Amino acid sequence: MGKDFIHLSNISKSFDGQMILDELDLKIKENEFMTLLGPSGCGKTTTLRLLGGFETPDEGKIFFDGKDITHLPPNERKLNTVFQKYALFTHMSIAENIAFGLKISKKSKAYIDDKIKYALKLVNLDGYENRSVDSLSGGQQQRIAIARAIVNEPKVLLLDEPLGALDLKLRQDMQYELIRLKEELGITFVYVTHDQEEALTMSDKIVVMNQGYIQQIGSPEDIYNEPINAFVADFIGESNIIDGVMIEDKLVEILGTKIPCVDIGFDKNQPVDVVIRPEDVKLVDPSAGFMEGDVVSIIFKGVHYEIEVHANGYDWLVHTTKMHPVGSHVGINVTPFNIQIMNKPESSDEKAVELDV
Amino acid sequence: MVKKIGSRIYLSIIFLFLYLPILVLIVLSFNNSKTRVKWGGFTLKWYASLLENETIIEAFVMTLQITLTASILATIIGTLAAIGIHAMKSKGKAIMLGATNIPLLNADIVTGISMMLLFVRFTELGFSTVLIAHLTFDIPYVILNVLPKLNQTSKYAYEAALDLGATPLYAFYKIVWPDIRPGVFSGFLMAVTMSLDDFSITYFTKGAGVNTLSTMIYTELRKGIKPEMYALSTILFGIALILLLVMNYRSSKKAIN
Amino acid sequence: MFKLKKQFLAGPYIVWIIGFILLPIVLILFYGLSDYHGNFTFDNLLSIFDPIHMKSLLFSLRLALICTVICLILAYPLAMILNSMHLKHQSFVVFVFVLPMWMNFMLRILAWKLLLSNNGVINNILASLGLPAIQLLNTPSAVVFGMVYDYLPFMILPIYNAMSRIGHDIIDAARDLGANQVQVFFKITMPLTISGVLSGIIMVFVPALTSFVISNLLGGGKVLLIGNVIEQEFMQTMDWNLGSGLSIVLMIFVIASMAFMNTHNKDGEGTAVW
Repeated sequence: MGKDFIHLSNISKSFDGQMILDELDLKIKENEFMTLLGPSGCGKTTTLRLLGGFETPDEGKIFFDGKDITHLPPNERKLNTVFQKYALFTHMSIAENIAFGLKISKKSKAYIDDKIKYALKLVNLDGYENRSVDSLSGGQQQRIAIARAIVNEPKVLLLDEPLGALDLKLRQDMQYELIRLKEELGITFVYVTHDQEEALTMSDKIVVMNQGYIQQIGSPEDIYNEPINAFVADFIGESNIIDGVMIEDKLVEILGTKIPCVDIGFDKNQPVDVVIRPEDVKLVDPSAGFMEGDVVSIIFKGVHYEIEVHANGYDWLVHTTKMHPVGSHVGINVTPFNIQIMNKPESSDEKAVELDV
Repeated sequence: MVKKIGSRIYLSIIFLFLYLPILVLIVLSFNNSKTRVKWGGFTLKWYASLLENETIIEAFVMTLQITLTASILATIIGTLAAIGIHAMKSKGKAIMLGATNIPLLNADIVTGISMMLLFVRFTELGFSTVLIAHLTFDIPYVILNVLPKLNQTSKYAYEAALDLGATPLYAFYKIVWPDIRPGVFSGFLMAVTMSLDDFSITYFTKGAGVNTLSTMIYTELRKGIKPEMYALSTILFGIALILLLVMNYRSSKKAIN
Repeated sequence: MFKLKKQFLAGPYIVWIIGFILLPIVLILFYGLSDYHGNFTFDNLLSIFDPIHMKSLLFSLRLALICTVICLILAYPLAMILNSMHLKHQSFVVFVFVLPMWMNFMLRILAWKLLLSNNGVINNILASLGLPAIQLLNTPSAVVFGMVYDYLPFMILPIYNAMSRIGHDIIDAARDLGANQVQVFFKITMPLTISGVLSGIIMVFVPALTSFVISNLLGGGKVLLIGNVIEQEFMQTMDWNLGSGLSIVLMIFVIASMAFMNTHNKDGEGTAVW
């Protein structure tokens, strides 16, 4: 991928004495689909608004294509935003909405008409020029909001939870549409969401945030398979997060049982968090597992069964395609490679992070 | 920064414009001087002699009677009407709202005169005709305050209550009423304010025997305003100020909770 | 079954509308279109073309127009300032503008009379500055001043309401699309507050056109508005037919201005002030 295009350098921002972002440092590459992911209040929307120019940081600088834009007003920035609740202008027609930015930059009538046609086609709403905003469904309004932003040919498109108000099916359709758009336009997308599935589906790079701090930056695969701490593990998908003690390299003790793993480099007897994805837990014959337990509940989820197994005082969450009736006695096994060992959070900040989930 | 200072100054000028006459009246109520323009020292004597001035007390009592009776009745009729209108189909709703707008938007003088023409045909002008006239312009304020609140309430919550076995009356009291109560209350307050402040419509419908504060002042214009009037209106304003401040404080506390 | 019952709750009010809103209007039409003996005539209506009546009508229209324009010029920036303060409780704004109404309206106008009179506070201030006294009272300007004072809240509140309904994200979106603050004002704020402006205009123009008290108090009998003419016909000359005829003319103007506003008001939120 391209060079660093946007650089948020040591940004701090607080509202009413409450720290929202604390020395955030983030680089965004050209032509990248980057997602800021985190729970509400983690600072992701503030980060986006700083980029859009709707807020100014208390400290730090924002560079755009090498230029300092920290104090540039939103109307002079070469990026456009798709707002959470669409923010369409209800007193204008669809065409007037889309033409808004173009008219301000004094484009010719013919150019504007061309652009409206092109944009409507791009978002699959050809022929909607003269409809009123109120006559559109939520999904259609969202497409118009996207069309209105992209006709200005921004180098970066900011999207603030644009699919939040749509229902599930529509949301999934729009995810594919956004990926297609991004590929057709070849511009940078900065996408804010609290929906991990959205983030995993669309992004080139995910930035997991919590309480104003970046927790982890990486590809969807990295984030999912190698979460850096318990917060990320828990936020991205479901996980079994169990207190453990590192006995020695490649051996960890959880729930009174020593099990092999692949991690090395921890101190002897260091307390750790052990993270195991539900789909990585194998239910086997009682004698074949490293631990025995009883099935407490089972729910059919379509693709798999979601099973809860009570073993050694912990309720394990297990995803499996095999049916195990409630009450059956099973063994639990996990291949060492699928066991993630993580440092316990040290600072109180990080602890708060954990509680917040 | 300059913009901020400018807007502060502008704001102050407008507020001075709105509240200067009130300030003047309050100052006059403490003025120990026969001529109104000169300051003759501080006194409370107008407050003392207020109680002995029968015409003023009579007009004040009449004003209170009309205002309170009209506002309470208007609140009841208006709230019921709002619930009824809310349940209507769009056409009926439009007709009702159109009719509701007539007394609000029509000229006071025309409303007053047309009611007088009606009253003199069927009855003597007096307390009851003033009351009816006040009710007529108070009810629309109540309706317009309650209707938006009704539009905000969820139809489903009410139906859920019925589904859980509540009688319509109980469901209304437990589900709808808490939602519309602020609207009913502000409607009542608007009705009180409008009744208290009305002159034109009372003037045409009152007949000889009845005088509210407004009509009394108007008839006594040439004789000059008695200083006791200033004392009375200062007391009224003070009560309103305290009442509204307390309410504002309580509603803001609620908002915080 | 219950649906039907609920609509019945409006019953008393429907009776009220018929008895005390519609019937009086029918009566005023009846009086206005008949002579003393009850014979049908257009004379009362046509008497508006009597030079005295016509003069006072035109004068009333002029003063009402001036008053409305002044109120609009004062109110719009004020609403913008109030809106920019992001008050937590918008009811506070209503409170501030409604509170003065609890002090009798006539007394408040009379207080202005004291302030504006020849030896009043304002002329005293002028005198102490060595400036010549100015005749403020008993002029058309004084009447307009009183009207602006009395009706200004009715212009501010609907505009402020309309303005506070504009979401921040709408403004942000316009800025994001390249609009500077002036462009945001003309392309977003103005068009979205037009309904508030229109209902403000109605709420000020109609009472200003039909007022008779303020002109009596501040005009000193020298300013004769159409409202004063009608009042005199009813309370002094006792020619109710003529008075009703002129009232009908007034009503036509009220309806016409309302119709004009309605055709220009797309979202129909016009009349809801509070």
